[in-house]
Amino acid sequence: MVDMAGSEQKLRELLLRGLAGDAAAYHGFLQSLGGHLRAYFRRRLSGLPDEVEDLVQETLLAVHNQRHTYESGQPLTAWAYAIARYKMVDMLRHRSVRAALSDPLDESAELLAASDSNASLEARRDVAQLLKDLPDRWRLPIVHVKLEGLSVAETALRTGMSESAVKVGVHRGLKALAARIRGEE
Amino acid sequence: MKTDELIGMLATNIGAESGYARAGASQRFLLALGWGAFGSTLLMAVLLGVREDLRDAALLPMFWVKLAFPLSLAIAALFASERMGRPGMLLGRVRVALFVPVAIIWVLAAVSLAGASGAEREGLVYGQSWKECQQSIALLSLPMLVASFWAMRGLAPTRTRLAGGMAGLLAGAVGAAAYALHCPELAAPFLGAWYLIGMLIPALAGALVAPLLLRW
Repeated sequence: MVDMAGSEQKLRELLLRGLAGDAAAYHGFLQSLGGHLRAYFRRRLSGLPDEVEDLVQETLLAVHNQRHTYESGQPLTAWAYAIARYKMVDMLRHRSVRAALSDPLDESAELLAASDSNASLEARRDVAQLLKDLPDRWRLPIVHVKLEGLSVAETALRTGMSESAVKVGVHRGLKALAARIRGEE
Repeated sequence: MKTDELIGMLATNIGAESGYARAGASQRFLLALGWGAFGSTLLMAVLLGVREDLRDAALLPMFWVKLAFPLSLAIAALFASERMGRPGMLLGRVRVALFVPVAIIWVLAAVSLAGASGAEREGLVYGQSWKECQQSIALLSLPMLVASFWAMRGLAPTRTRLAGGMAGLLAGAVGAAAYALHCPELAAPFLGAWYLIGMLIPALAGALVAPLLLRW
């Protein structure tokens, strides 16, 4: 049993520091949230164990892409839980599994009830493969800035793109990645 | 890609992404409101025309009630939409703000109907333009509907239909406010019926198309 109030506070603090630009704190936030998500999806999807890691990755990407929708006064758990649940329901609908989700709204607390930190698991759907299929204007900024850790200026120099095009490319590219995970486009 | 690799990717260079800092939820809706209200008002002026006796009408208290009714609903729907764009947010007290303007207009309507004779009542409810009124409000709401869905698509609504309905209500309320500058009617029963229906048409449309347009 994990201390839930403590988890909420710790996660929230990490996210807020991450939003202010602290990459290490943000990394810790995603890692910790990923563990909670994994345990949560495992519990909810006991009949679909293969979907769990895909869903963890999809939700983490959604959390990242939608981090501007978090309001600092809001309970972080409610926010993350709503995203996790939305992605799970979306997946189930996609599979047209008519699993009756009798899931009352105040179950958000359940998200922090346990954690499972085996983040080295491979998802069935390979994000790296989806990334390779993105057009260059999005793929190159993500590869240089987000995977190789180059600065925006270095990436601009290397790709011949403008600095603002690099920044937009990262942002749009990650959104496009999420759309492809959903099976759009 | 393993999950910890994905996490590493997301956390690297987090300052180097555009679109995060500038696209706050509230600013997005305010920007949409600006463009949408401009579009709806322009559409009213071009298609229908501002009523010619606007100066005289502006001296009548009911004219301001007619304007305040949709505007107060627009403000409530703006807050509701912004909340519905954020995962895990509930409507909460905004729900009250959505009902109060309607309740007030219905009280005014009841008072006005109670003081009228049987023959006058029909005129108070139907006026001269009840059909035109609902259709025009729905039509004038279209620019704002596009704008509010644009704003909502930049956010992350998890209760999709409610989010679409609120974005549609915002559009309807702005359309009704624009229409109020053209419309000759001033009776509260007319406003409580046809203005409300006119505003609910885009709200319903928004809820219907939401699952198609607001997936993320």
